[in-house]
Amino acid sequence: MAVPGFLAREKIIAKPGFNRWLIPPAALAVHLCIGQAYATSVYKTALVEHFDASLTSIGVVFSIAIVMLGLSAAVFGTWVDRNGPRAAMFTAACFWSVGFLVGAAGIATNQLWLLYLGYGVLGGIGLGIGYISPVSTLIKWFPDRPGLATGMAIMGFGGGALIATPLSRQLMSFYDPAYDGTAATTPSGGAVAGLFVTLGLVYLAYMMFGAFIVRVPADGWVPDGFDPSTVKQKALVTTDSVSAANAIKTPQFWLLWVVLFCNVTAGIGILEQASPMIQDFFREGDASTVAAAAGAGFVGLLSLFNMAGRFVWSSTSDKIGRKPIYMVYLGVGLLLYVALATVGASATWLFVVLAAVIISFYGGGFATIPAYLRDLFGTFQVGAIHGRLLTAWSAAGVAGPLIVNGVLDTQGTPGELVAADYRIALFIMVGLLAVGFVANLLVKPVDAKWHEKKSATTTTPERSAAR
Amino acid sequence: MSAPQRSSTPTALIVIAWLLVSIPLVYGLVRTIITAAPLFTGG
Repeated sequence: MAVPGFLAREKIIAKPGFNRWLIPPAALAVHLCIGQAYATSVYKTALVEHFDASLTSIGVVFSIAIVMLGLSAAVFGTWVDRNGPRAAMFTAACFWSVGFLVGAAGIATNQLWLLYLGYGVLGGIGLGIGYISPVSTLIKWFPDRPGLATGMAIMGFGGGALIATPLSRQLMSFYDPAYDGTAATTPSGGAVAGLFVTLGLVYLAYMMFGAFIVRVPADGWVPDGFDPSTVKQKALVTTDSVSAANAIKTPQFWLLWVVLFCNVTAGIGILEQASPMIQDFFREGDASTVAAAAGAGFVGLLSLFNMAGRFVWSSTSDKIGRKPIYMVYLGVGLLLYVALATVGASATWLFVVLAAVIISFYGGGFATIPAYLRDLFGTFQVGAIHGRLLTAWSAAGVAGPLIVNGVLDTQGTPGELVAADYRIALFIMVGLLAVGFVANLLVKPVDAKWHEKKSATTTTPERSAAR
Repeated sequence: MSAPQRSSTPTALIVIAWLLVSIPLVYGLVRTIITAAPLFTGG
């Protein structure tokens, strides 16, 4: 599928002297926008009341978006790698923005299916293409620090919710003065429609800004002072290339799929239930010692650690290696889950600290996976391989809530649950993390039979004054 | 043989780009910390 000339990869090849530090804000401009996907709970109740629908049928909107994210990342990954980040960011901006506008039309006309089509399907395609759009470009610009580079961008996806949650509350109270921004009042459907139109237009402008400042390095470009041969000295790191079509035939790809699936499912176990969970853990009789407002604060705090973990842990992986950092995410994460299940209810601060670190590992797992893929498969089609791997996120997005909600349904009624009722769900997550830990241990370098022939992917290195 | 053509990225563009992504992020951080405060103050 050809793209218009102004979007083509050849048009955005950086000239010598280009400053690569312009690329992270371009990536962030996209990820900060699509990270809104984590902020859907802010208008969930309003939509339930507006459509007179169940929580589940409104929750489906988010599930469709996450499934479409994985599918579109997998299907369009090769297209993104071939046409470059500007075409991908431009396309993602169009889908994401139109998704909001169609969703707004659905809310305004009381047509729930239009919301599914708009935010769910069209928005979900924008999410998938947008998520992978800057990743391989960043890895190519920062071959010396790929974990830091992808951590910065994917941190933006976590940060998007931090911005969208309070911004949505303020915008909805602007469109509906009766809504005061707290859980005590619910915004009208019209206010949510107004919010969708505003976000759609603002996100379009921001993402287009990212699309137009992004550049790709010239073939063979390396930063000053960087010697590619030093990369090979680290275990598991290849200087060879594996195509996306071949990558999915290797056990390494599927082991990482399992790693990502287990890590994300376990994280969603907490994220999905965060606000009611902290209240249930500290329930005494009919009331909880943790107020609803503090529950909302807990959700915000988790978003903060989700975002910080993406940057901090992914950057750390540049120093200690990808396999060891996943041993931390999964192994230490497992121990923290056991602590949460057994002693988490003993003090609020302890519960908050345990959950915050677990969620930082969840974020770290997302942000480090592109660098892990680059180590194993090279930079040749890392975007497309990453796209295919994100189907693990879609699967986890369905499995995580199913496990938690399914177990809690057997334990009692929402609003009456206590800490002990969460134990089974938490120990299932412990088991999942153990599976992920073993899968990570089994990762070995990719067999040379899958490597591309050198002439197909290598060119003469070109140095630049890029900082 | 002529030297390769050099271009430099304007510093102002880099500053503006970073400001455009940092300002909303700082807004989100501040709002989140304000919302999370009752967790530790018991308010």
